[in-house]
Amino acid sequence: MSISCGLLPVLNLDAGEHQYEMSEYEGAKARWCPGCGDHSVLTSVQRLLAAEQLIPDQTMFVSGIGCSSRFPHYLKTYGFHGLHGRALPVATGIKLHRPELNVFVVMGDGDCTSIGAGHWLHAMRYNMDMTVMMLDNGIYGLTKNQTSPTTPQGFKSNTQPKGSWLPPMNPIEIALGVTNASFVAQTAEWAPAHLYATLRAAYHHKGFSFVRILQRCPVFTPLIFQQAVQDPARITLMVHDDGVVAPELNNIYSSQVHHDPRDLAAARAMAEQTEKIHLGVFFKDPSKPRYEETRRVAPHTPAERVALLDKELDRYAV
Amino acid sequence: MSAASSSATAAPAPPKVLRVPEHTVEIVSDSGEGAQKCAQIFAAVSAKMGNGVWTVELIPAEIQPPPRVPEGASGNRVRLGEHAVTNWGDRTNLVIAFNEQVLLARHRLDALDDDAVLLVEDKWARDDDPEIVAAWNAAMKELSTRPYRIVPVAMEDECLTIVDNPKKGKNMFALGILARIYDRDMTRIKDQIAHSFRKKSEEVYAQNVSLLELGYHWAEDHIDFRVEIPTHAAEKPLVVMNGNEAIALGAIASGMELCAMYPITPATSVSHLLSEVFEKFGGMVHQAEDEIAACGVAIGASYAGKVAFTVTSGPGLALKTEFLGLAIMTEVPLVLVNVQRGGPSTGLPTKVEQSDLLAALFAATGDAPHIVLAPATIEECFHIMVTARRLAETFRTVVMVLTDANLATGVTPYPKPELDERWQAAPLDLAPVREGQKPYGWNTETGLTQRIIPGQPGGMHTLTGLSHDENSKVAYSSGIHQHSSAMRSRKLAVLQSLLTPPPVYGPAKGDLLIVGWGSTKGAIEEAVDRARAEGIKVSSTHLRFLSPMEPGIKKIFAGFKKVMTVEINYSDEIGDPYVTEENRRRGQLAFLLRASTLVDVDCWTRVPGEPLRPGSILEAIRGRTPRGGAA
Repeated sequence: MSISCGLLPVLNLDAGEHQYEMSEYEGAKARWCPGCGDHSVLTSVQRLLAAEQLIPDQTMFVSGIGCSSRFPHYLKTYGFHGLHGRALPVATGIKLHRPELNVFVVMGDGDCTSIGAGHWLHAMRYNMDMTVMMLDNGIYGLTKNQTSPTTPQGFKSNTQPKGSWLPPMNPIEIALGVTNASFVAQTAEWAPAHLYATLRAAYHHKGFSFVRILQRCPVFTPLIFQQAVQDPARITLMVHDDGVVAPELNNIYSSQVHHDPRDLAAARAMAEQTEKIHLGVFFKDPSKPRYEETRRVAPHTPAERVALLDKELDRYAV
Repeated sequence: MSAASSSATAAPAPPKVLRVPEHTVEIVSDSGEGAQKCAQIFAAVSAKMGNGVWTVELIPAEIQPPPRVPEGASGNRVRLGEHAVTNWGDRTNLVIAFNEQVLLARHRLDALDDDAVLLVEDKWARDDDPEIVAAWNAAMKELSTRPYRIVPVAMEDECLTIVDNPKKGKNMFALGILARIYDRDMTRIKDQIAHSFRKKSEEVYAQNVSLLELGYHWAEDHIDFRVEIPTHAAEKPLVVMNGNEAIALGAIASGMELCAMYPITPATSVSHLLSEVFEKFGGMVHQAEDEIAACGVAIGASYAGKVAFTVTSGPGLALKTEFLGLAIMTEVPLVLVNVQRGGPSTGLPTKVEQSDLLAALFAATGDAPHIVLAPATIEECFHIMVTARRLAETFRTVVMVLTDANLATGVTPYPKPELDERWQAAPLDLAPVREGQKPYGWNTETGLTQRIIPGQPGGMHTLTGLSHDENSKVAYSSGIHQHSSAMRSRKLAVLQSLLTPPPVYGPAKGDLLIVGWGSTKGAIEEAVDRARAEGIKVSSTHLRFLSPMEPGIKKIFAGFKKVMTVEINYSDEIGDPYVTEENRRRGQLAFLLRASTLVDVDCWTRVPGEPLRPGSILEAIRGRTPRGGAA
């Protein structure tokens, strides 16, 4: 269980005896479309919460706006369903003030890489300890079929009916370019074993764990990863003991590359390759400074603060 | 005009002593010449000696204007009084100028009294560059249109007698001159210099003191008058600071632990002070990647624990509005300080204005009721943070604090706050939630509800900016939205029921009532005093609460034949082309008061890019009232 000693006094003593079942993390019934990849991510997350036995009241899911941002409603933890693109500033504030909480962030591709792009870059640089999922289906779904930064070039949408004008943004390349980024991984909704193993690795990383989850929107982009779904050879798994460990996938994905997640140059080279989809941990460096640790301040009692302030005011004495 | 010569006269007559209840001094220079330090020390020592003091910075809009141009005029105005001084006054009585161009700037702004004494560095008159000499001569000619008394002073030449580089330290020479003219306590000045240069070497201190004494003795020999302003020892210990410092220290007094901000003038200095001291109180300043994120981080921190605050200025407020709506909708407490500057857009970044009132009330979209407060003095800047934090928490909403550049950069003494531990936020209570406690368990009478903080066992729920019911479940039914809107709105009515009517300054009946808000209080009340001395039946009242407004306002208005706001924002004047009673755009407080009282409230507003002068307000009062009280 990952809880800090400072919280022990407020915990129910029986908690140690209690084994949380997956069902105890279930919130409202998920209302995503049938076949939506979000269901798969939700299941993996509930599995992770149960596997790690995270205490629901010490766990926080923060989201923005979009289909995927409904996520917190479907969990029985604390949740903050805020503004489009702005989950990360809220999560930053929560983690700064309450570093002991387990913080997860769920965003969509438009949320994270378009309207929230500025926050995304800076949050990666702050490198606060949170697990950050970008559910990337290459389209705006909630608002009905508008092009997002990760929409494939040529894809026809309601806002770009002649086809997306520009080559899509590559979020992994961008993440790997951010100073002080400490964990960058990619997984896919149609490979649940890999998805779960990746989220688990992300959760265990101390720092900002950025996971791009490739998804299909069953309504607007059902076919964007069709070839990769049907032909596992189009996918290359990055394997390493310090990366995603999922031996059960060896039979499905024969194309594998041994990649040390500390090797940033190799990670960037692979991120640039678009003919194959790379799944696994591109980069990981737990030694990067974490903002909430760097900024940690010792708490003071009201009496201490009042005494100090009285002294401070004397600096302005007439 | 009596242009005195700078040449020493043998065995001078004893200086003439001018005994006055107040006097205003300016030190002006190119930026970076130390005029501000000179004025700050002079003001601090004057306060210590028992004078009322108001200091205001004269800030050039450019970062590094070229030398010797009027636009580059930088420095301070120090208004000294026998009693407390509440504003920067009308015109200056004595100026020390390091060149004639910056002096000209003040002249052109009508900042100088006709009888002002102008001590000006005269080395420019003897410069090798004929253009500089020509500029000097032109300036003297322009200045001669007023009966100023110009006193040329060879400041740098004098300084050269003891230092190699007179550019550094000329300000201490000027300080010495002021010390002599105003008979300031030299020991206190030296202590203040030691404090100001505490990060520098003993050598720097010694050199500054030598220059101080040089200036003092020069004035002793060359200045034929002294100014005497009676002093009164303070009854209580005083502190002296500007409004931004008061906001920062007030935030600490209120128990807040996080200030999330993004640099913007003139708000940033709040975070400068906090960056220096906050950590030793267990707090921190988070400089976010932008204004939006600063607001989001403060909301996240508030949601997860103690109330946090963000501090900004006009353009930053515009960017934060989406998040403000979220905080109001999710009932997350938040304090936002907006140090107003001239607008719209980038506007006048360093200058005072009160143009954000309507934006503060209405910028968030949808129906977004929240609290708006405006401190009227630098002392109130300190205490209002305690009030703001408590209101934000009790009413679970956004509390906006509107100050402005006048409060932010004005410096004045006020009684040292007697701190109270109860002002500090209590430690987080992470006890399990009560049986049946709901995220929005609105009391249907008051709309008030106790919030649940993450970490409280059994309290798990998802906060959402979508319309929601009391369990925080997304709700689209019109009944729920009607009810939750009422609950959020009701809180303001409840708060208003707890407030008292604003006091009236002067009699409760008369010909004219002036209504003000924010930093203009001192200037308005001074103008009212002067008008009453002329027999005009005028009183004033000042609002600290703009949303909800203090109660009983309409009743107060009923005691007067006419009500008029005085504000530092733009309004049309009747008589301007195309402007009619119907389409006239009025001052922002006038707009609100007319809407809430149905009284035909008039306004007198100006946007001069400087604080309102009491004399200008007096003119306005004269213009809108029967003369001599003959109603």
